[in-house]
Amino acid sequence: MKTSTVGIVAPQRARFEEPLTLACGRVLATYELVYETYGTLNSARSNAILVCHALSGHHHAAGYHSADDRKPGWWDECIGPGKPIDTNHFFVVSLNNLGGCHGSTGPVSINPNTAAPWGPDFPSLRVRDWVHSQARLADLLGIDCWAAVVGGSLGGMQAMRWALLYPQRLRHCVVIASALRLSAQNIAFNEIARQAIQADPDFAEGHYLTHNTLPAKGLALARMVGHITYLSDDAMANKFGRDLRSGSLELGEEEIAEFQVQSYLRYQGSQFSGSFDANTYILMTQALDFFDLAREYGDDPVAAFRSAQCSFLVLSFSTDWRFSPSRSREIVDALIAADRPVTYAEIEADEGHDAFLMPIPRYLALFTAYMQRVRGDC
Amino acid sequence: MRLDLTHIQRWIEPGSRVLDLGCGNGEFLQRLAKERQVRGLGLEIDPDKITNAVSRGLDIVEQDMDAGLDNFPDQSFDTVVMAHALQAVHYPDRVLEEMLRIGRQGIVTFPNFAHWRCRLYLGSRGRMPVSRFMPYNWYDTPNIHFCTVTDFEALCEERGIRILARDMVGNTLRRPLLASAWPNLFAVTAIYLISR
Repeated sequence: MKTSTVGIVAPQRARFEEPLTLACGRVLATYELVYETYGTLNSARSNAILVCHALSGHHHAAGYHSADDRKPGWWDECIGPGKPIDTNHFFVVSLNNLGGCHGSTGPVSINPNTAAPWGPDFPSLRVRDWVHSQARLADLLGIDCWAAVVGGSLGGMQAMRWALLYPQRLRHCVVIASALRLSAQNIAFNEIARQAIQADPDFAEGHYLTHNTLPAKGLALARMVGHITYLSDDAMANKFGRDLRSGSLELGEEEIAEFQVQSYLRYQGSQFSGSFDANTYILMTQALDFFDLAREYGDDPVAAFRSAQCSFLVLSFSTDWRFSPSRSREIVDALIAADRPVTYAEIEADEGHDAFLMPIPRYLALFTAYMQRVRGDC
Repeated sequence: MRLDLTHIQRWIEPGSRVLDLGCGNGEFLQRLAKERQVRGLGLEIDPDKITNAVSRGLDIVEQDMDAGLDNFPDQSFDTVVMAHALQAVHYPDRVLEEMLRIGRQGIVTFPNFAHWRCRLYLGSRGRMPVSRFMPYNWYDTPNIHFCTVTDFEALCEERGIRILARDMVGNTLRRPLLASAWPNLFAVTAIYLISR
């Protein structure tokens, strides 16, 4: 266990009995959200930070679940004592989103009407559904206004939606490696991922839990495709190059050579398929595809951001090609035109989209500097 | 605080919106925010200066002026400031035009290359001046477009840019008279308030 950590944390569970009308028109009568908190809420309840997770994230963002845990939470580089989101000063709330598969109500939960898992019948979700459910969690925790809502990638989309739906309830919005909406290429990659899952015979049209099967191969393949888009060409070249794991490329060698990158991707795929639900993956990728911040503002992001009242920090990474710096610039330019306070930087990094999870010195320094300002506004 | 920034401050209305092109570590914007309650935005490209400026609580956008400013709407700021950066951009004339498209008024400061010390250095040694104010060798300098007070005013004339006020800073505070009387010879730094 590293020293600058929030230490051992335990997830908590909140149950909501008030029905939630979803963007698709369906209603969830009751639901549960699993979340973790780090740090202490001050008496004015003004130092709370909401962390929104990305596609495959969950509530366990920092610290360890037990002393033998090998790996900390997914954003431990940025959350903890002395880190950018400094738990000596902030009270951090991190939840598993509705529709997730790490404890919050989702496709693997039991549908009270059928007493069977929801599976593919779980309602389709939009980013705004997550925002509304997060607002109810804030109500429950007694947080009227977040000091900041923070997220990377899909998490950044939630943070931006917060700024439009609940302008009075956040003072700062931190949007990292995100975009106003997906491009055709982004959607295309998500579609390949979904097709990989749906083409697996064990998917059983989404009813694998009741059929006692798991579309592990399809989900692994989906993750492999996604994973490639998270890394940059340079990052893959540096990490694997054309190194062989087995066999040889010498003439006269009959054994088929296997590259390191092949075995790495297969390992990533199989790890993921053992810990993630296929229906959740489909649901989350659809929420990504459907997100379009400015759609109901006449497709004008400037008009959209005019309803925001918070200050924004927008960050991008030079080799991120999933949500490239130019996608972040679209956010920044719209904020400038809407006369909203905005800070922006493009961080030089080799790691591609995944850079937002990495301890890159300039990234951490700038993020820390901005969060000190957030602290000053608490 | 550099001398020219102190001069600029009085031309900026309290509570107005200020864009600072090449804001460095944000010292000036911070002072304007404190003393003039302006709503400021700084543009900068140096990573360490950006972090420094953000730690002062300022809004900073990483953007290279040489790549254009067309993401800023027309007349979206009251004042656009460019302190000691005119000589470092690729197309100073285009940046000036952009400043006055984006802002109601512009404030420009630059080192006057026709100051007598520069002339003496160049005249006597026949080499590009290197001094405390211009500490770079000609082959490795951010300053690629040095100009003089007379050059700048000629450009403004040619482009129909109005000079609303000017301030000439000599090499000591005690001798402002020489700099005002013969700016092209005695001004170390020229400061202009311009508009369309």
